Amino acid sequence: MNVIIMIVPLIGTIFGVMYYYNSREFTQLLLAQPVKRSSIFLGQYFGVAISLSLSLILGLGIPFAAYGLFKSPAIWDFTMLLITGLFLTLIFSALAFNIALSNENKIKGFGYAILLWLFLAVIYDGIFLLFLVYFQDYPLDKFSLAASMFNPIDLSRILILLKLDISALLSYTGAVFKQFFGTPLGTLASIGMLVVWVILPLYRLKKVVGKKDF
Amino acid sequence: MVSIQNLHKKFGPLKVLNGLELDIKEQGIIAVLGPNGSGKTTLIKSILGMVVPDKGEIIISGNNIKKRWNYRQEIDYLPQIANFPGNLKVQELITMIKDLRGKPAREQELIEYFRLQPFLDKKLNKLSGGTQQKVNLVLCFMFDSQLIILDEPTSGLDPVALLQLRKLIQQEKENGKTILITSHIMNFVEEVADRIVFLLEGKIYFDGTVEEIKTTTGQPDFEHAIAKLLSEDHV
Repeated sequence: MNVIIMIVPLIGTIFGVMYYYNSREFTQLLLAQPVKRSSIFLGQYFGVAISLSLSLILGLGIPFAAYGLFKSPAIWDFTMLLITGLFLTLIFSALAFNIALSNENKIKGFGYAILLWLFLAVIYDGIFLLFLVYFQDYPLDKFSLAASMFNPIDLSRILILLKLDISALLSYTGAVFKQFFGTPLGTLASIGMLVVWVILPLYRLKKVVGKKDF
Repeated sequence: MVSIQNLHKKFGPLKVLNGLELDIKEQGIIAVLGPNGSGKTTLIKSILGMVVPDKGEIIISGNNIKKRWNYRQEIDYLPQIANFPGNLKVQELITMIKDLRGKPAREQELIEYFRLQPFLDKKLNKLSGGTQQKVNLVLCFMFDSQLIILDEPTSGLDPVALLQLRKLIQQEKENGKTILITSHIMNFVEEVADRIVFLLEGKIYFDGTVEEIKTTTGQPDFEHAIAKLLSEDHV
């Protein structure tokens, strides 16, 4: 599970950036044609994101299905894993497109994209942990709830952890988390947050594309 | 047909277009000339909506083009550098562009005209520069649009193809099209152009016929007249 949570965003990021830079010529060709700008770029984005999502579903689904998933009770947990995986793909390819669009220089764009992934996947957690250690005398449950909301990778991880019912391992914080995320409202809120994470970069993409010179 | 008012564009600190005004009403061939970096390509890309101007208006057939895209249906454009997706075959590319426009096209006639049949099944990145330019020309001329914009159409063409291109441009002119050309090959311009628009530092420096350029500068030769225009501060 942790592998998926880390690798899916990485693949989304790298493919997003690579695809954008690779299809620049194509984009220029299309821009001179009677096609709306936002449809060109949103089309490219959904092309990448949907094919990555499909490969995730098939790549994970087929082996698990062969393993007898449909008869096991774990199917809902597995569905949750797939849903968060899908969201992560959508989020990170959108972020990658944004980065690529703002950087003409390929190497810079790649660098920033990988840095973003590294930040959200590893560094964010590190800073988060440091905070928790430094301020351990204060009640931090609200803060940690909020902080995990602002990182799509953390959010997905928690959603899956809670589904797996190993939140007992997380002791008191786990209980707080369970109280929040475990309720229908909490699940809805966190899925809503993931949707916001998809929509915001797409909105920026649309705005930047409207103004950019080619 | 095309009317441009007070067009400004900056790229960072560099002012490329600086209050440019241009009116094209007539049919025929209009050549946009100017030294490197005088804003020719920027002007053309602004007309196509690929570059968003900082200030000013561009009106094509009565419609302001800002935030619109449908008007490009009526424009044929030949980009300066043939930047094609390399993994497509020539035939695939032509079919795709035809699909996009959804208009009748006369690609077969042009493919024969430029003798491109042997290359139809080749991938675009395997073609030579001149052949790519020919594909570019086919893509540009296969639709019957009223306005044709050619950015350096002569680059990479051999003499035979150049002659063919000249004939094609004359033909289109006789069909009553408006053709906008940029080129650095002066005798090509001299031969085909009805009107010369000379850009310098983002403004129109001279606007008139070939004959007018020659008389104002007092040079019998077109190439020298242009050179004189550049070296002097008159007009």
